[in-house]
Amino acid sequence: MINSNLYLNPKLFTDDLEQVPSRNGYGEGLVLAGEMYPNVVALCADLTESTRTEEFKKRYPDRFIEIGVAEQNLVTVASGMAAVGKIPFTTSYATFSPGRNLEQIRTTICYNDQPVKIIGSHAGISVGPDGATHQALEDIAIMRALPNMVVISPVDSLQAKKATLAIASLPKPCYLRLSREKVPVITTEQTPFEIGKGQIFWEGKDATIISTGQMVYRALEAARELEKNNISVRVINIHTIKPIDQLIIIKAAEETGAIVTVEEHQINGGLGGAVAEVVGQNYPVPLKIIGINDRFGESGEPNELLDKFGLRVEEIIKGVTYVLRMKNHPD
Amino acid sequence: MIVNDEEILKLELKANKIRQDVIRMLSEAKSGHSAGPLGMADIMTLLYFLVLNHDPKNPSWEDRDRLVLSNGHICPVLYAALANRGYFPVDELLTLRKLGSRLQGHPHRTALPGLETTSGPLGSGLSQACGMAKAALMDNASWRVYCLTSDGEHDEGNTWEAVLFASKYKLHNLTVIMDRNNIQIDGFTEDIMPLGSVIDKYKSFGWHTLEVDGHNYEQLINAFGEAKAEFEAPTLIVAHTIPGKGVSFMENKFEWHGKPPNKDEAEQALKELVEIEKKLKSNSEVVFS
Repeated sequence: MINSNLYLNPKLFTDDLEQVPSRNGYGEGLVLAGEMYPNVVALCADLTESTRTEEFKKRYPDRFIEIGVAEQNLVTVASGMAAVGKIPFTTSYATFSPGRNLEQIRTTICYNDQPVKIIGSHAGISVGPDGATHQALEDIAIMRALPNMVVISPVDSLQAKKATLAIASLPKPCYLRLSREKVPVITTEQTPFEIGKGQIFWEGKDATIISTGQMVYRALEAARELEKNNISVRVINIHTIKPIDQLIIIKAAEETGAIVTVEEHQINGGLGGAVAEVVGQNYPVPLKIIGINDRFGESGEPNELLDKFGLRVEEIIKGVTYVLRMKNHPD
Repeated sequence: MIVNDEEILKLELKANKIRQDVIRMLSEAKSGHSAGPLGMADIMTLLYFLVLNHDPKNPSWEDRDRLVLSNGHICPVLYAALANRGYFPVDELLTLRKLGSRLQGHPHRTALPGLETTSGPLGSGLSQACGMAKAALMDNASWRVYCLTSDGEHDEGNTWEAVLFASKYKLHNLTVIMDRNNIQIDGFTEDIMPLGSVIDKYKSFGWHTLEVDGHNYEQLINAFGEAKAEFEAPTLIVAHTIPGKGVSFMENKFEWHGKPPNKDEAEQALKELVEIEKKLKSNSEVVFS
């Protein structure tokens, strides 16, 4: 059942549930961060409108720096600005940044320890008709492998807004993963947000679904379905993939004894991998990782793609059934 | 900047000392780059002992000029200049590339005072210098940014992204010194990937350009002064240098780009450098008397 302590959206599972792209929340958060911190600057690689940097540009034209289509320059200019006291937010699509500029991020931001914020919009297969070239499915794996980097994947637009404000005051390199498509608004203004702290959205004791980004909504739908069959499933939203909330994961392993992870990202090296690292080394329990299975996406409508690539609610339910069988019949 | 002959001689002696330190460091480390550091010793000396507005006792002074070393592999000469200028003990130079040393094989900002960035992977220093210069202009700060770059790293696309950026934002507080020594690891730059006229290229991008002999102090001092007086565009100073300068068997040999001298070679190199030192001192006696 829903965790009533987190002030989640009362319209959850109703037809008039709001749907907003998480990039919008970033745009609002950036303007607020600009108000709060005069040294916040925004740099963009020719995608100002679609990465929602537009409003900041209007409000603070002197603190907006257009870089052009040059993602390597985007993050390295930002590194230089951070070195002399600015808090640079850099925006592009997540396939290009990080991606085209990985080495620059590694050397001039992570190793050089500069608090640059890398904002990767259009992450996940739900980018849709643009096709595989523009659907970032490897960004979590890439960014969580880098020492010093904080990796955040907000569940919805409101959380994206809070995360934007939170990383503005965190003196570390950060990666923020955003969606292009409208996604269900699960949280409210009152829902707490703290970097590094996972959130139990749905209480349960038989198994746990751990998810991130917009897939959390499908995880909640799966939990709701399973509850109808008297299977009680915990749903955890992991918005901070690095540093990951080890305690909430170990506790879920101990208390529920079976875990399914769900993400809009490659199975290799994503949230599932991060959870497996924690569970495998601390409290091994049956684990199923649901994600994109080592292949590229394609053009299509967002929901068609999520369905085609194995991210349906039914697949999550099947995953839970699978780990429950392993838990109850280990032989 | 008006500098008399006596001061120039002092700088030349300092550069000679730095070259000797570089040879000792590389010989002790048994790995590292020889040609670039020796070629850039004069410019590095001039920057740290005359041009830069900085304070070795307060490396994080907010209003200091920033020097970004983009081609990080020539760091032995940067380390030697920093140590001789008082940023850390000169004795520590011999720890170069050893386990636990603050003198990493390629410079790491957070390890050592005086470093403005971490570098090694080529082609991204100019962008960082641009970011610093842009931030300084936004804040109406008076400090300047200097970026040392190599001709070889102009193969990198990232460099040209920065060249466009600096021009667009009129970063007149940025001075770039290109070490035009015509060599890179695999051979001569014009064979590996011809650069042609660097001056023409930068000019067409809207830069203010100057060309000097990278071992001629008077020309260099004038060029730095002229760059400071420019209020419209960033300045590129193409410094023609002799890779391996001061050691006869290393000069102009690309084979010395990426290797250190062995013990015998180091002895020979130091002998030659000491000869030059003696000559400079006898000249100085003439000048000072």
